[in-house]
Amino acid sequence: MWRDAWLVASRDLRIEARSRVAIWQVLPFALLTLLLFAFALGPKPGLLAESAPGLFWLSVLFASVLAAQRSSAIEGTSATKDAARLLGLDPSGVFLGRLGALLLEIVALEAVLLAGVTLFFHVRVTSWAVLIPSLLLAAIGLCAANVLYGSLAGEARVRATLLPLLVLPAVAPVLIAGSKAFSSSVLVGDGGSGARWLGVLAVFAVVYSALGIVLYGPLEES
Amino acid sequence: MAPAISLRSAVVVAGNYPVLSGVDLDLEHGHVCVVLGANGAGKTSLLRLLSGLATLTAGTACVLDCTLPDEGASLRRQVGLLGHDVGLWDDLYPAENLRFALRAARQDPSLATEALERVGISGKTAKTRLGLLSEGQRRRVGLALLIARRPQLWLLDEPHAGLDASTRLLLSELVESAAQGGATVVATSHEPELSVPMADVVLTMRGGAVIEQRLGGRLRPRGVSDVA
Repeated sequence: MWRDAWLVASRDLRIEARSRVAIWQVLPFALLTLLLFAFALGPKPGLLAESAPGLFWLSVLFASVLAAQRSSAIEGTSATKDAARLLGLDPSGVFLGRLGALLLEIVALEAVLLAGVTLFFHVRVTSWAVLIPSLLLAAIGLCAANVLYGSLAGEARVRATLLPLLVLPAVAPVLIAGSKAFSSSVLVGDGGSGARWLGVLAVFAVVYSALGIVLYGPLEES
Repeated sequence: MAPAISLRSAVVVAGNYPVLSGVDLDLEHGHVCVVLGANGAGKTSLLRLLSGLATLTAGTACVLDCTLPDEGASLRRQVGLLGHDVGLWDDLYPAENLRFALRAARQDPSLATEALERVGISGKTAKTRLGLLSEGQRRRVGLALLIARRPQLWLLDEPHAGLDASTRLLLSELVESAAQGGATVVATSHEPELSVPMADVVLTMRGGAVIEQRLGGRLRPRGVSDVA
Protein backbone atom coordinates (compact mmCIF):
# COMPACT_ATOMS: atom_id res chain seq x y z
CA MET A 1 0.00 0.00 0.00
CA TRP A 2 2.72 2.50 0.97
CA ARG A 3 4.77 1.65 -2.11
CA ASP A 4 1.80 2.32 -4.36
CA ALA A 5 1.02 5.49 -2.41
CA TRP A 6 4.56 6.75 -3.05
CA LEU A 7 4.30 5.86 -6.75
CA VAL A 8 0.98 7.66 -7.21
CA ALA A 9 2.05 10.72 -5.20
CA SER A 10 5.27 11.00 -7.24
CA ARG A 11 3.29 10.73 -10.47
CA ASP A 12 0.73 13.35 -9.42
CA LEU A 13 3.38 15.79 -8.23
CA ARG A 14 5.41 15.32 -11.40
CA ILE A 15 2.32 16.06 -13.49
CA GLU A 16 1.47 19.06 -11.32
CA ALA A 17 5.00 20.41 -11.53
CA ARG A 18 4.79 20.15 -15.30
CA SER A 19 1.30 21.57 -15.81
CA ARG A 20 1.54 24.19 -12.98
CA VAL A 21 -2.22 24.35 -12.57
CA ALA A 22 -1.87 24.69 -8.78
CA ILE A 23 0.47 27.67 -9.09
CA TRP A 24 -1.28 29.51 -11.91
CA GLN A 25 -4.91 28.70 -11.16
CA VAL A 26 -5.59 27.36 -7.66
CA LEU A 27 -3.29 29.72 -5.75
CA PRO A 28 -4.46 32.90 -7.54
CA PHE A 29 -8.07 31.80 -6.98
CA ALA A 30 -7.44 31.44 -3.23
CA LEU A 31 -5.71 34.83 -2.99
CA LEU A 32 -8.46 36.45 -5.03
CA THR A 33 -11.11 35.00 -2.71
CA LEU A 34 -9.27 36.41 0.28
CA LEU A 35 -8.96 39.84 -1.31
CA LEU A 36 -12.61 39.93 -2.33
CA PHE A 37 -13.64 39.10 1.23
CA ALA A 38 -11.47 42.02 2.37
CA PHE A 39 -13.12 44.35 -0.16
CA ALA A 40 -16.57 43.19 0.95
CA LEU A 41 -15.81 43.95 4.61
CA GLY A 42 -14.33 47.35 3.87
CA PRO A 43 -11.27 49.15 5.30
CA LYS A 44 -11.94 48.48 8.97
CA PRO A 45 -8.79 46.96 10.52
CA GLY A 46 -10.61 45.67 13.61
CA LEU A 47 -13.33 43.95 11.62
CA LEU A 48 -10.79 42.51 9.16
CA ALA A 49 -8.65 41.07 11.95
CA GLU A 50 -11.67 39.61 13.69
CA SER A 51 -12.93 38.01 10.47
CA ALA A 52 -9.52 36.76 9.38
CA PRO A 53 -9.70 33.22 10.83
CA GLY A 54 -13.03 32.37 9.20
CA LEU A 55 -12.15 34.03 5.91
CA PHE A 56 -8.78 32.27 5.83
CA TRP A 57 -10.45 28.87 6.18
CA LEU A 58 -13.20 29.70 3.68
CA SER A 59 -10.50 30.56 1.14
CA VAL A 60 -8.65 27.31 1.90
CA LEU A 61 -11.89 25.33 1.61
CA PHE A 62 -12.86 26.77 -1.77
CA ALA A 63 -9.34 26.39 -3.13
CA SER A 64 -9.11 22.82 -1.83
CA VAL A 65 -12.19 21.87 -3.85
CA LEU A 66 -10.57 23.36 -6.94
CA ALA A 67 -7.33 21.50 -6.21
CA ALA A 68 -9.28 18.27 -5.69
CA GLN A 69 -10.98 18.71 -9.06
CA ARG A 70 -7.53 18.97 -10.56
CA SER A 71 -6.36 15.89 -8.65
CA SER A 72 -9.31 13.92 -10.01
CA ALA A 73 -8.50 15.17 -13.51
CA ILE A 74 -4.93 13.91 -13.10
CA GLU A 75 -6.28 10.53 -12.02
CA GLY A 76 -7.78 10.66 -15.45
CA THR A 77 -10.47 9.19 -17.60
CA SER A 78 -12.21 5.90 -17.02
CA ALA A 79 -9.58 4.39 -19.34
CA THR A 80 -6.67 5.47 -17.11
CA LYS A 81 -8.57 4.25 -14.05
CA ASP A 82 -9.09 0.90 -15.78
CA ALA A 83 -5.40 0.83 -16.67
CA ALA A 84 -4.49 1.45 -13.02
CA ARG A 85 -6.75 -1.43 -11.98
CA LEU A 86 -5.12 -3.70 -14.56
CA LEU A 87 -1.69 -2.80 -13.19
CA GLY A 88 -2.74 -4.12 -9.80
CA LEU A 89 -2.34 -0.84 -7.90
CA ASP A 90 -3.68 -1.14 -4.36
CA PRO A 91 -6.75 1.18 -4.18
CA SER A 92 -5.83 2.20 -0.63
CA GLY A 93 -2.36 3.09 -1.90
CA VAL A 94 -3.88 5.14 -4.73
CA PHE A 95 -6.04 6.99 -2.18
CA LEU A 96 -3.09 7.71 0.08
CA GLY A 97 -0.91 8.75 -2.86
CA ARG A 98 -3.50 11.20 -4.13
CA LEU A 99 -4.02 12.43 -0.57
CA GLY A 100 -0.27 12.95 -0.14
CA ALA A 101 0.16 14.92 -3.35
CA LEU A 102 -2.89 17.08 -2.65
CA LEU A 103 -1.74 17.61 0.93
CA LEU A 104 1.56 19.11 -0.20
CA GLU A 105 -0.28 21.54 -2.43
CA ILE A 106 -2.78 22.55 0.25
CA VAL A 107 -0.08 23.05 2.91
CA ALA A 108 1.82 25.30 0.49
CA LEU A 109 -1.43 27.14 -0.24
CA GLU A 110 -2.08 27.61 3.49
CA ALA A 111 1.39 29.10 3.92
CA VAL A 112 0.78 31.66 1.18
CA LEU A 113 -2.70 32.50 2.48
CA LEU A 114 -1.33 32.87 6.00
CA ALA A 115 1.11 35.43 4.68
CA GLY A 116 -1.86 37.07 2.94
CA VAL A 117 -4.02 37.41 6.06
CA THR A 118 -1.05 38.63 8.06
CA LEU A 119 -0.45 41.34 5.49
CA PHE A 120 -3.99 42.38 4.53
CA PHE A 121 -6.03 41.51 7.65
CA HIS A 122 -3.60 42.84 10.26
CA VAL A 123 -3.32 39.67 12.36
CA ARG A 124 -0.26 38.57 14.30
CA VAL A 125 0.39 34.98 15.20
CA THR A 126 1.07 34.47 18.91
CA SER A 127 0.93 30.70 19.19
CA TRP A 128 2.64 28.77 16.43
CA ALA A 129 2.36 25.64 18.57
CA VAL A 130 -1.40 25.64 18.00
CA LEU A 131 -1.49 27.17 14.53
CA ILE A 132 0.93 24.81 12.75
CA PRO A 133 -0.68 21.54 13.93
CA SER A 134 -4.13 22.97 13.17
CA LEU A 135 -3.08 23.86 9.62
CA LEU A 136 -1.63 20.40 9.08
CA LEU A 137 -4.49 18.42 10.62
CA ALA A 138 -7.12 20.49 8.83
CA ALA A 139 -5.28 20.02 5.54
CA ILE A 140 -5.19 16.24 6.01
CA GLY A 141 -8.91 16.15 6.76
CA LEU A 142 -9.78 18.44 3.86
CA CYS A 143 -7.66 16.47 1.39
CA ALA A 144 -8.99 13.10 2.56
CA ALA A 145 -12.59 14.30 2.27
CA ASN A 146 -11.96 15.86 -1.14
CA VAL A 147 -10.31 12.74 -2.59
CA LEU A 148 -13.01 10.48 -1.16
CA TYR A 149 -15.93 12.60 -2.36
CA GLY A 150 -14.15 13.19 -5.66
CA SER A 151 -14.24 9.43 -6.21
CA LEU A 152 -17.89 9.35 -5.16
CA ALA A 153 -18.74 12.19 -7.56
CA GLY A 154 -17.60 10.01 -10.46
CA GLU A 155 -16.92 11.14 -13.99
CA ALA A 156 -15.83 14.65 -14.94
CA ARG A 157 -19.11 15.68 -16.56
CA VAL A 158 -20.89 15.74 -13.18
CA ARG A 159 -17.92 16.01 -10.82
CA ALA A 160 -17.34 19.75 -11.37
CA THR A 161 -20.75 20.65 -9.99
CA LEU A 162 -21.35 17.72 -7.65
CA LEU A 163 -18.07 17.76 -5.73
CA PRO A 164 -18.58 21.16 -4.02
CA LEU A 165 -22.11 20.13 -3.04
CA LEU A 166 -20.79 16.96 -1.42
CA VAL A 167 -17.63 18.34 0.15
CA LEU A 168 -18.52 21.77 1.51
CA PRO A 169 -21.22 20.63 3.96
CA ALA A 170 -19.10 17.65 5.02
CA VAL A 171 -16.06 19.78 5.87
CA ALA A 172 -18.02 22.28 7.98
CA PRO A 173 -16.33 20.86 11.14
CA VAL A 174 -12.94 21.78 9.63
CA LEU A 175 -14.15 25.32 8.97
CA ILE A 176 -15.42 25.70 12.53
CA ALA A 177 -12.56 23.97 14.35
CA GLY A 178 -9.91 25.48 12.06
CA SER A 179 -11.30 28.99 12.60
CA LYS A 180 -11.41 28.52 16.37
CA ALA A 181 -7.87 27.14 16.48
CA PHE A 182 -6.72 30.01 14.26
CA SER A 183 -8.44 32.55 16.54
CA SER A 184 -6.69 31.10 19.57
CA SER A 185 -3.35 31.44 17.76
CA VAL A 186 -3.67 35.10 16.89
CA LEU A 187 -4.45 38.25 18.80
CA VAL A 188 -8.13 38.41 17.85
CA GLY A 189 -11.38 37.12 19.25
CA ASP A 190 -11.79 34.84 22.22
CA GLY A 191 -10.75 31.70 20.39
CA GLY A 192 -11.29 29.33 23.25
CA SER A 193 -9.01 26.43 23.90
CA GLY A 194 -6.81 25.76 20.88
CA ALA A 195 -6.02 22.22 22.04
CA ARG A 196 -9.71 21.29 22.11
CA TRP A 197 -10.14 22.33 18.50
CA LEU A 198 -6.97 20.54 17.52
CA GLY A 199 -8.65 17.39 18.85
CA VAL A 200 -11.67 17.96 16.61
CA LEU A 201 -9.41 18.46 13.59
CA ALA A 202 -7.42 15.31 14.46
CA VAL A 203 -10.57 13.20 14.75
CA PHE A 204 -11.85 14.54 11.42
CA ALA A 205 -8.52 13.79 9.73
CA VAL A 206 -8.32 10.26 11.13
CA VAL A 207 -11.95 9.40 10.33
CA TYR A 208 -11.81 10.62 6.73
CA SER A 209 -8.40 9.06 6.09
CA ALA A 210 -9.63 5.72 7.43
CA LEU A 211 -12.85 5.98 5.41
CA GLY A 212 -10.83 6.71 2.31
CA ILE A 213 -8.49 3.76 2.83
CA VAL A 214 -11.45 1.41 3.25
CA LEU A 215 -13.95 2.85 0.75
CA TYR A 216 -11.83 4.17 -2.12
CA GLY A 217 -11.44 0.74 -3.73
CA PRO A 218 -15.15 -0.19 -3.67
CA LEU A 219 -16.09 3.30 -4.90
CA GLU A 220 -13.71 3.08 -7.85
CA GLU A 221 -14.92 -0.44 -8.66
CA SER A 222 -18.51 0.73 -8.77
CA MET B 1 -4.18 -27.94 -19.45
CA ALA B 2 -7.32 -25.87 -19.00
CA PRO B 3 -8.17 -23.50 -21.84
CA ALA B 4 -6.99 -19.92 -21.43
CA ILE B 5 -10.57 -18.72 -21.77
CA SER B 6 -13.73 -20.64 -21.00
CA LEU B 7 -17.08 -18.83 -21.07
CA ARG B 8 -20.45 -20.51 -20.67
CA SER B 9 -23.66 -18.51 -21.19
CA ALA B 10 -21.80 -15.42 -19.96
CA VAL B 11 -24.05 -12.45 -19.31
CA VAL B 12 -22.92 -8.92 -18.48
CA VAL B 13 -25.46 -6.22 -17.69
CA ALA B 14 -24.68 -2.50 -17.83
CA GLY B 15 -27.45 -0.55 -16.11
CA ASN B 16 -30.52 -2.52 -17.16
CA TYR B 17 -29.12 -3.42 -20.57
CA PRO B 18 -27.48 -6.80 -21.27
CA VAL B 19 -24.29 -5.91 -23.16
CA LEU B 20 -23.37 -9.60 -23.29
CA SER B 21 -26.30 -12.00 -23.50
CA GLY B 22 -25.08 -15.56 -23.16
CA VAL B 23 -21.63 -15.90 -24.73
CA ASP B 24 -19.93 -19.30 -25.04
CA LEU B 25 -16.24 -19.34 -25.89
CA ASP B 26 -13.26 -21.66 -25.50
CA LEU B 27 -9.82 -20.45 -26.44
CA GLU B 28 -6.53 -22.29 -25.92
CA HIS B 29 -3.28 -20.77 -24.71
CA GLY B 30 -1.26 -19.31 -27.57
CA HIS B 31 -4.28 -18.79 -29.80
CA VAL B 32 -5.42 -15.60 -31.46
CA CYS B 33 -9.13 -14.76 -31.58
CA VAL B 34 -10.54 -11.94 -33.66
CA VAL B 35 -13.99 -10.60 -32.83
CA LEU B 36 -15.98 -8.94 -35.59
CA GLY B 37 -19.30 -7.12 -35.39
CA ALA B 38 -21.02 -3.80 -35.85
CA ASN B 39 -20.87 -1.01 -33.28
CA GLY B 40 -22.76 -2.03 -30.15
CA ALA B 41 -22.46 -5.74 -30.90
CA GLY B 42 -20.75 -6.39 -27.55
CA LYS B 43 -17.11 -6.67 -28.68
CA THR B 44 -15.68 -4.20 -26.17
CA SER B 45 -17.89 -5.61 -23.41
CA LEU B 46 -16.43 -9.04 -24.13
CA LEU B 47 -12.91 -7.62 -23.74
CA ARG B 48 -13.89 -5.94 -20.48
CA LEU B 49 -15.29 -9.20 -19.14
CA LEU B 50 -12.13 -11.07 -20.14
CA SER B 51 -9.99 -8.42 -18.42
CA GLY B 52 -11.92 -8.69 -15.18
CA LEU B 53 -13.10 -5.08 -15.46
CA ALA B 54 -16.75 -5.89 -16.19
CA THR B 55 -18.75 -7.93 -13.69
CA LEU B 56 -20.19 -11.26 -14.78
CA THR B 57 -23.93 -11.16 -14.05
CA ALA B 58 -24.85 -14.75 -15.01
CA GLY B 59 -23.21 -17.82 -16.50
CA THR B 60 -19.66 -18.96 -15.79
CA ALA B 61 -16.29 -17.56 -16.83
CA CYS B 62 -12.80 -18.88 -16.20
CA VAL B 63 -9.92 -16.87 -17.65
CA LEU B 64 -6.27 -17.84 -17.08
CA ASP B 65 -7.40 -20.17 -14.29
CA CYS B 66 -9.19 -17.29 -12.53
CA THR B 67 -12.88 -17.78 -11.89
CA LEU B 68 -14.92 -14.64 -12.46
CA PRO B 69 -16.09 -12.54 -10.81
CA ASP B 70 -14.43 -13.71 -7.57
CA GLU B 71 -10.84 -13.75 -8.85
CA GLY B 72 -11.08 -10.68 -11.08
CA ALA B 73 -8.32 -8.85 -9.19
CA SER B 74 -5.87 -11.73 -9.72
CA LEU B 75 -6.79 -11.92 -13.39
CA ARG B 76 -6.23 -8.21 -14.05
CA ARG B 77 -2.54 -8.42 -13.22
CA GLN B 78 -2.05 -10.96 -16.03
CA VAL B 79 -3.94 -8.97 -18.65
CA GLY B 80 -2.83 -6.22 -21.02
CA LEU B 81 -5.62 -4.14 -22.56
CA LEU B 82 -5.13 -1.74 -25.44
CA GLY B 83 -8.34 0.22 -25.91
CA HIS B 84 -9.35 3.23 -27.99
CA ASP B 85 -7.92 5.36 -25.19
CA VAL B 86 -4.51 3.97 -24.29
CA GLY B 87 -5.16 4.68 -20.60
CA LEU B 88 -1.95 6.58 -19.91
CA TRP B 89 -1.28 10.07 -18.58
CA ASP B 90 -1.15 12.94 -21.05
CA ASP B 91 1.23 15.11 -19.01
CA LEU B 92 3.89 12.41 -18.70
CA TYR B 93 6.46 11.50 -21.35
CA PRO B 94 6.07 8.07 -22.96
CA ALA B 95 9.01 6.65 -20.99
CA GLU B 96 7.66 8.09 -17.72
CA ASN B 97 4.28 6.53 -18.43
CA LEU B 98 5.82 3.12 -19.06
CA ARG B 99 8.14 3.29 -16.07
CA PHE B 100 5.21 4.19 -13.81
CA ALA B 101 3.11 1.34 -15.21
CA LEU B 102 5.93 -1.18 -14.88
CA ARG B 103 6.71 -0.14 -11.31
CA ALA B 104 3.00 -0.35 -10.45
CA ALA B 105 2.87 -3.84 -11.96
CA ARG B 106 5.99 -4.88 -9.96
CA GLN B 107 8.03 -5.24 -13.14
CA ASP B 108 11.43 -3.94 -14.17
CA PRO B 109 11.08 -0.25 -15.23
CA SER B 110 14.27 -0.46 -17.29
CA LEU B 111 12.29 -2.45 -19.90
CA ALA B 112 10.53 0.77 -20.90
CA THR B 113 13.24 2.20 -23.16
CA GLU B 114 13.73 -0.97 -25.19
CA ALA B 115 9.98 -1.45 -25.61
CA LEU B 116 9.54 2.13 -26.83
CA GLU B 117 12.40 1.76 -29.30
CA ARG B 118 10.78 -1.41 -30.60
CA VAL B 119 7.68 0.59 -31.61
CA GLY B 120 9.72 3.48 -32.98
CA ILE B 121 9.26 5.91 -30.09
CA SER B 122 12.69 7.36 -29.41
CA GLY B 123 14.68 10.60 -29.49
CA LYS B 124 12.61 13.77 -29.36
CA THR B 125 9.29 11.88 -29.50
CA ALA B 126 10.20 9.98 -26.34
CA LYS B 127 10.66 13.31 -24.56
CA THR B 128 7.33 14.77 -25.63
CA ARG B 129 4.24 14.75 -23.45
CA LEU B 130 1.94 11.92 -24.43
CA GLY B 131 -0.94 14.36 -24.89
CA LEU B 132 0.98 16.12 -27.67
CA LEU B 133 1.60 12.95 -29.68
CA SER B 134 -0.59 11.86 -32.59
CA GLU B 135 -3.24 9.18 -32.15
CA GLY B 136 -1.05 6.65 -33.93
CA GLN B 137 1.97 7.47 -31.78
CA ARG B 138 -0.12 7.16 -28.62
CA ARG B 139 -1.27 3.72 -29.69
CA ARG B 140 2.35 2.78 -30.33
CA VAL B 141 3.14 3.79 -26.75
CA GLY B 142 0.23 1.58 -25.64
CA LEU B 143 1.72 -1.27 -27.66
CA ALA B 144 5.11 -0.65 -26.06
CA LEU B 145 3.51 -1.12 -22.66
CA LEU B 146 2.17 -4.50 -23.78
CA ILE B 147 5.63 -5.47 -25.03
CA ALA B 148 7.25 -4.47 -21.77
CA ARG B 149 4.62 -6.06 -19.54
CA ARG B 150 4.40 -9.36 -21.47
CA PRO B 151 0.91 -10.19 -20.23
CA GLN B 152 -0.48 -13.70 -20.62
CA LEU B 153 -3.65 -12.33 -22.18
CA TRP B 154 -3.56 -9.54 -24.77
CA LEU B 155 -6.88 -7.74 -25.27
CA LEU B 156 -6.83 -5.38 -28.22
CA ASP B 157 -9.80 -3.15 -29.01
CA GLU B 158 -9.64 -2.31 -32.71
CA PRO B 159 -5.85 -2.31 -32.66
CA HIS B 160 -5.43 -1.37 -36.32
CA ALA B 161 -7.36 1.90 -35.97
CA GLY B 162 -5.19 4.98 -36.40
CA LEU B 163 -2.04 3.06 -37.28
CA ASP B 164 0.08 3.60 -40.36
CA ALA B 165 1.13 0.71 -42.61
CA SER B 166 4.44 0.06 -40.89
CA THR B 167 2.87 0.03 -37.42
CA ARG B 168 0.12 -2.32 -38.63
CA LEU B 169 2.83 -4.68 -39.82
CA LEU B 170 4.59 -4.33 -36.48
CA LEU B 171 1.30 -5.06 -34.71
CA SER B 172 0.87 -8.29 -36.67
CA GLU B 173 4.44 -9.31 -35.78
CA LEU B 174 3.85 -8.54 -32.10
CA VAL B 175 0.62 -10.53 -32.00
CA GLU B 176 2.28 -13.48 -33.69
CA SER B 177 5.28 -13.24 -31.39
CA ALA B 178 3.05 -13.07 -28.30
CA ALA B 179 1.01 -16.06 -29.40
CA GLN B 180 4.13 -18.09 -30.18
CA GLY B 181 5.34 -17.22 -26.70
CA GLY B 182 2.18 -18.79 -25.25
CA ALA B 183 0.11 -15.65 -24.70
CA THR B 184 -3.51 -15.64 -25.76
CA VAL B 185 -4.74 -12.74 -27.87
CA VAL B 186 -8.29 -11.48 -28.33
CA ALA B 187 -8.71 -8.55 -30.71
CA THR B 188 -11.85 -6.78 -31.87
CA SER B 189 -11.83 -5.40 -35.37
CA HIS B 190 -13.78 -3.58 -38.05
CA GLU B 191 -11.13 -4.49 -40.57
CA PRO B 192 -11.41 -8.23 -41.26
CA GLU B 193 -8.98 -8.04 -44.18
CA LEU B 194 -6.24 -7.08 -41.70
CA SER B 195 -7.28 -9.05 -38.64
CA VAL B 196 -8.63 -12.40 -39.90
CA PRO B 197 -5.28 -13.52 -41.40
CA MET B 198 -3.65 -13.31 -37.96
CA ALA B 199 -6.45 -15.22 -36.20
CA ASP B 200 -6.95 -18.85 -35.23
CA VAL B 201 -10.58 -18.23 -34.38
CA VAL B 202 -12.93 -15.61 -35.74
CA LEU B 203 -16.11 -14.71 -33.86
CA THR B 204 -18.91 -12.58 -35.19
CA MET B 205 -21.09 -10.86 -32.60
CA ARG B 206 -24.48 -9.20 -32.75
CA GLY B 207 -26.69 -7.96 -29.94
CA GLY B 208 -24.28 -9.14 -27.24
CA ALA B 209 -24.16 -12.73 -28.52
CA VAL B 210 -21.80 -14.74 -30.72
CA ILE B 211 -23.70 -15.53 -33.91
CA GLU B 212 -20.87 -17.21 -35.82
CA GLN B 213 -17.56 -18.89 -34.97
CA ARG B 214 -15.12 -20.01 -37.66
CA LEU B 215 -11.44 -20.66 -38.23
CA GLY B 216 -9.11 -17.79 -39.03
CA GLY B 217 -6.23 -17.61 -41.44
CA ARG B 218 -3.30 -18.05 -39.09
CA LEU B 219 -1.01 -20.91 -40.11
CA ARG B 220 0.21 -22.86 -37.14
CA PRO B 221 2.70 -25.75 -37.01
CA ARG B 222 0.25 -27.86 -35.02
CA GLY B 223 -2.56 -27.07 -37.46
CA VAL B 224 -5.91 -25.61 -36.70
CA SER B 225 -7.82 -28.82 -36.11
CA ASP B 226 -7.53 -28.39 -32.33
CA VAL B 227 -9.58 -25.21 -32.50
CA ALA B 228 -13.24 -25.98 -32.03
